[in-house]
Amino acid sequence: MTAARGGGDRLARLLNLVPYLLARPGIAVADAAADLGVTEKQLREDLELLWVCGAPGYGPGDLIDMAFDGDRVTITYDAGIDRPLRLTQDEALALVVALRALAQVPDAQNRDAVERALTKIESAAGDAAAGLPVAVRLPTGGAERLAELQDAVQRRRALRLTYYTATRDELSDRIVDPMRVLVVGGHGYLEAWCRRAEAVRLFRIDRIDACAELDEPAVVPPHAEQTDVSAGVFRPSDDLPLVTLRIGRWERWITEYYPCERVVEETPDQWLVALRASDLAWARRLVLGLGPGVTVVAPPALVGAVRQEARAALDAYARVGPALD
Amino acid sequence: MWGVSRTRTERLVNLVICLLSTRRFLTAAQIAATVPGYEHDADDPREHEAFQRKFERDKAELRDLGVPLETGTASVFDTEPGYRIARRDYALPDVHLEPDETAAVGIAARLWQHAGLAAAATSGLLKLRAAGVDVDVNATFGVEPVVTVDPAFEPLQAAAREQREVRFDYRTPEDDAARTRRLQPWGVVSWRGRWYVVGHDLDRDATRCFRLSRIVGPVTSGGPNTYTRPADVDLIAHVAAFSGPVERSGRATILVRPGRAAGVRRWAEEVEPGPDGDRVVIRYADPDGLARWLVGYGADVVVLGPDEVRKATLARLRDLVDGLEDRHPDIPVELPAAARP
Repeated sequence: MTAARGGGDRLARLLNLVPYLLARPGIAVADAAADLGVTEKQLREDLELLWVCGAPGYGPGDLIDMAFDGDRVTITYDAGIDRPLRLTQDEALALVVALRALAQVPDAQNRDAVERALTKIESAAGDAAAGLPVAVRLPTGGAERLAELQDAVQRRRALRLTYYTATRDELSDRIVDPMRVLVVGGHGYLEAWCRRAEAVRLFRIDRIDACAELDEPAVVPPHAEQTDVSAGVFRPSDDLPLVTLRIGRWERWITEYYPCERVVEETPDQWLVALRASDLAWARRLVLGLGPGVTVVAPPALVGAVRQEARAALDAYARVGPALD
Repeated sequence: MWGVSRTRTERLVNLVICLLSTRRFLTAAQIAATVPGYEHDADDPREHEAFQRKFERDKAELRDLGVPLETGTASVFDTEPGYRIARRDYALPDVHLEPDETAAVGIAARLWQHAGLAAAATSGLLKLRAAGVDVDVNATFGVEPVVTVDPAFEPLQAAAREQREVRFDYRTPEDDAARTRRLQPWGVVSWRGRWYVVGHDLDRDATRCFRLSRIVGPVTSGGPNTYTRPADVDLIAHVAAFSGPVERSGRATILVRPGRAAGVRRWAEEVEPGPDGDRVVIRYADPDGLARWLVGYGADVVVLGPDEVRKATLARLRDLVDGLEDRHPDIPVELPAAARP
């Protein structure tokens, strides 16, 4: 990706501006500026500069010419720059890969349009998109539920969800006002206003065990804001309990799987990792599941909980079910 | 205002128009005599040198922008190279998009969470607008994927496209240090929310996939076209081969305490309530994997059968308790301050 090119940016804008205006005779300067993402002042300066450019000879009939009618502008002579420049490789890459991702979304209604757009953009990009070695496959699980939720978002209906909260290991019923459906990383999410929590929540679609549309409209409070998911969905906050674990080599995968605040090498085969747990019961399940390669260092309450639970489980096996050696 | 003088931008626009309008290759001297801003005394060595530097910079800037500057000579008698821009190479071909296709392109362009690619998508969109396409920036579809990439994405896709061998340091969580890998990349794949590069590993002499998030530091590439990408390679299939679907053919019966272990109950095929808890039947693929998961639920679940799962679960629990006794000889559990007498 080329960094901002300074002067090149303006040149690119100018070369684009002539064909843009040529395709829209009599467009209001303000509308063109908004469409092109520049201020009206910038656009007027660009027009002034173009006015003195043109084909060799540089006489009245050679220079780019335009007619103003109040706030409207029409190109009357284009000096040969009647088409925009071809897409660069980066531009083709950005558009084609994003369209390939969009085409992966289980969305019967729009899939066809995305595929058609993709074909046309690839063909317009020509060499810049030829044989682009990038493939995108989104998770296909839960496609039906995704489509169902997407319908609900579009119909603006409130929903009753049965949702599994993994951190607390519990199912709960809640009424939500859907905002949008999105796919982040490997999972689909419903973003909605949760009436019980009185806050915006992201619900992982594979954890929605039941969903019913209510006979009432969705009412999302005006102050409800979309979650910024650019850095992932789970953003550990400082007020969550910090759990410190001592792990061996074969548990190192957790440093890649969970956002860890610290990873410190103690010995060549032993590391201390610190991570935020939204719930100590969740941390207990995590530690028990990880097995004997992991020791809890802190907090002490977790040390006790893990030991107590493991012993209780062992006792339960002695009481229940067939004996084993 | 952009750190570049207005006259320079003006000169560059005129240069593009001039080279687009000529069929003959124009030499630097001819361009200097034609395009405003290049006037100089060619007989004065210092002035001539200044012109040459200026012209070189301008050519580089045009190429940076993607302007296809062609070099050649007007006739066999010319010794000096000339320049022109072929219109068919310069111009974006006609694009006609239906309204729903336009909406798709507009949405796609804003999916990027990567600053560089987001900017590239935006400038691509501006060119489509200049080609007469009216892009509706407010269009939405019901579902929108968030597209992010790792830093290694850009150099790896470029290397694959240009068939350049690459070298990078790669570190799995189990490795102490990163190891240098050499690869002929075939392509880059997004699979289950992660990016991978697929290619021929030159040290292993075999096809390998690497997760982009595990690449440490820069990716360095060699010269172009040093190998041939296999035709019709199914990139997705290569990555998927390492994480294919599992067949859950086993059925385990688990005793679950009333009202507990909701996470286990969600996967139940059958639930039969009993006096000591609910008998829950779960499908599984790998007994050790199931045991690992069940141990997390502690005393809330007891595996009744089959033996392979019960044994595996019990073994893990014993290891766990033994380990705990070793490392934490019975120290009293510290209670939260509020709970102390």
